[in-house]
Amino acid sequence: MSFGQLPYDVAHLFGGAMLLLSFMLLYQRRVTAVINGLAIQGAILACAAGWQGWVQGAPQLYLTALIALAAKAVLIPLALRVLIRRLAMDRTVDTAMGIGPSLIAGVALVALAILVVLPITAGVRAIAREDLALALSVVLLGMLMMITRRNAILQVVGLMSMENGLILAAVGVAGMPLVVELSTAALVMVVLVVAGVFVFQIRERFDSVDVSLLDPHRGEGR
Amino acid sequence: MLTGLLLCILLLGLLALAAVGLGRHPLAGRVVHGGCLAISLGFAGLALAGLGLGLPEAPLALPIGLPGAGAASLLALDGLSAWFLLLLGVTGACASLYALGAPAGPPRSLPPFPLFLAGMAICLAAADAFTLLLGFELMSLASWALVAADHAEAENRAAARRYLMFAALAGACLVPAFGLLAAGAGGLDFTALRAAPPEGWRAAAVLALALAGAGAKAGLVPLHAWLPLAHPAAPSHVSALMSGAMTKVALYVLARLLLDLCGPLQPAWWGVPLLAAGACSALFGALRANMEGDTKVLLACSTIENIGFITVALGLVLAFRGADLGPLAALAAGAALLHALNHGVFKTLLFLVAGAVAHGAGSRKLDRLGGLIHAMPVTALAALVGMAAAASLPPLSGFASEWLLLEALLAGWRVGDIGFQVVAAAATALVAMAAALAAAAMLRCFGLVFLGRIRSPRAAGAEEVPRLERLSLLLPAGLTVLLGLFPAAMLGLAAPAIAVLAGPAALPPARGLALTAGEGASTYLPLAVAGLLVASLVTVWFLVRRRSTGATLRGPVWNCGFIDPPPWLPFGDPLSQPGAAGMAQPLRRMLGGSLLGATETVLMRAPGDPRPGHYAAQAADPSEAGLLAPLARLRDSVAGRAERLRELTIRGCLGLSFGTLVGLLALLAWLEGG
Repeated sequence: MSFGQLPYDVAHLFGGAMLLLSFMLLYQRRVTAVINGLAIQGAILACAAGWQGWVQGAPQLYLTALIALAAKAVLIPLALRVLIRRLAMDRTVDTAMGIGPSLIAGVALVALAILVVLPITAGVRAIAREDLALALSVVLLGMLMMITRRNAILQVVGLMSMENGLILAAVGVAGMPLVVELSTAALVMVVLVVAGVFVFQIRERFDSVDVSLLDPHRGEGR
Repeated sequence: MLTGLLLCILLLGLLALAAVGLGRHPLAGRVVHGGCLAISLGFAGLALAGLGLGLPEAPLALPIGLPGAGAASLLALDGLSAWFLLLLGVTGACASLYALGAPAGPPRSLPPFPLFLAGMAICLAAADAFTLLLGFELMSLASWALVAADHAEAENRAAARRYLMFAALAGACLVPAFGLLAAGAGGLDFTALRAAPPEGWRAAAVLALALAGAGAKAGLVPLHAWLPLAHPAAPSHVSALMSGAMTKVALYVLARLLLDLCGPLQPAWWGVPLLAAGACSALFGALRANMEGDTKVLLACSTIENIGFITVALGLVLAFRGADLGPLAALAAGAALLHALNHGVFKTLLFLVAGAVAHGAGSRKLDRLGGLIHAMPVTALAALVGMAAAASLPPLSGFASEWLLLEALLAGWRVGDIGFQVVAAAATALVAMAAALAAAAMLRCFGLVFLGRIRSPRAAGAEEVPRLERLSLLLPAGLTVLLGLFPAAMLGLAAPAIAVLAGPAALPPARGLALTAGEGASTYLPLAVAGLLVASLVTVWFLVRRRSTGATLRGPVWNCGFIDPPPWLPFGDPLSQPGAAGMAQPLRRMLGGSLLGATETVLMRAPGDPRPGHYAAQAADPSEAGLLAPLARLRDSVAGRAERLRELTIRGCLGLSFGTLVGLLALLAWLEGG
């Protein structure tokens, strides 16, 4: 299986689309648009998992796809929207680093991911190599998003996007047991609940979800 | 045989579990220490069988180990490890026997004791680097728990903390040393490491790391600062085991790394660092032993000295082997191995004696003891044997091995290099001086503890220790005499170990019952010396009997000019006989000023002033001010800088980990590309 064959091309297409959506998450200026981007990324992840399930003949990946679709594309974005509505918060994105520089940094990270993954995985099946490079890029971009945004909700979005990258890497490798994906999915749900509670608490205390307001209060209660 | 060894180690682990389970049960101490006694005897028996009847060929693979193919843990027993296992068995048996008889310590000190023994046994029996380091670290941690067992006192806590730091340093040096070896060999088991000896900078790094790592655990100057603190803090049987066996295990690791795994083709200058560190340790430990006022600290300093002797001998093996002087290398290897065993036995004995004195007379301070030979005759006899051996008096064990060492040092000129000849000559002078100073220290210790007049009311109420404890003193004392009388037989047993150190063709430096040095130019016959001593003593006794009038007259003893104590001062005036500091004074004035920074302050009052004058003498270990204090300052400044990381914002913290990740990925990409 190599370039020019259908399974490879489609898998590559889905991975590329996820990477593109990661960049979209980076340059969006409105919070609702960012959440939409996350939902679309989750849906594409579900497609990628389903496709891999069909190509590898691994029925458990359909279950992964189903979970991804339900959780990533529907439930989590819905929950985030409810959160925003309940908090009636400011809809614009407050960035710590300008949009332009963060996009440049993102491009550099993708180049780094490709430089790292391609030489290491020489000799592995081509589909796994490309997929790994794309997945690592998505993970790095998610992390970049976490550190370049001040808003707690957007940091949660960055975390979810990072997790999407991890799942993408996991489904691309043949023979990954289902339990890994199930436990990761469960973990993400727990993280979302904790993050939601956390955001509500910040909101109640400080009337804002800007995490930099927390800094002067560290070490309290000791 | 290896299965038996594995069984013993597993039994020790079970004993530790049982000690946890038994907790405060009154029989817990007996079960644990009795089990340790039996297993230690088992170790000694296995080692003797291996050395006498032939060692197992193939290593035993264990179902544990690092992940990856070909990295299973291996146990094996070659000559070197069997010799040190014999030492471990003997000292472990004596220490366990003493612990059976001595009053029980806190229950928390029970579980680490079998683990300590197990760690040392694993370290000795390991045939791959991972298992060796596993045993080494188990030994370090278990002995730390024992040092910290009596943690109610602040100084014990400080001792345990410092001990842990030095143990961590040892581990931090040994892991990269083995890593550097394994990087060239592509495997962790000893056969693979031996097949690919290191070269160039890698070999020099292995030498430096091994010397620092094993030296920190063995107590080589300047990494000796933990010994005088940790030994008094630990219970006596533990300090006996730490001094008798654990420091030897560290030297075993040093010998294994430098003399076995680095291959036989290393250059002769490799011996010089070992020679220098060993000679400095010997002189320094012996001098400090003359200054200390606490029996256990004194014995710990004497351990530093003896570790120095063994390291000098190991350095000589390296030098002679590098210069293709096979018989001389065998002579030095024999000296190292024999002194390791002899010192292990007599230092165990001396620490147990210190424990028995503390038990019977209630103190470890030299200034609070005195005249105990009347109240504790058996302990005094055992102490006399041990201290005479430590002072290297013939025909006891210390003399035989130190004679071999000095003969090997005196042959140092046979290495052609003029630089090495100078180093060897200097080392000879230092070692001879250290041996003399050690004799002075032992004389001072025995005189102050067992002879003279009683110095405190508590010492007047001293009682001989119970029977089991006496037995545990007499056992190593008897072994010391036997090792002193038959060193040649022991060297015969050590032949496989000498072959590991000095090359397969090496023969032990012994002929019949005599020790020989060089090409038979000089010989030491311990039995003849002992016979001569006994014959002269018997002659003197007969002459005195013949010449005397026959009737025994008991009169007042000439008391060196003391005034007889008045009735209200039953122990006499303590100031009228020399104390610990007073006996140390000549050496402190001669050598202490430059080496130990010893100072004396005399406060004289003006005439007519009724307040008392004051005299104080201090000595400080230069490693405290020169090494530990700068390190402590460095630690504080690094901690202060690291504290600033706590001031970072949440995004800063995330950014820090993100930056680290990206940096590592970039490094990976660079390494892959380059």
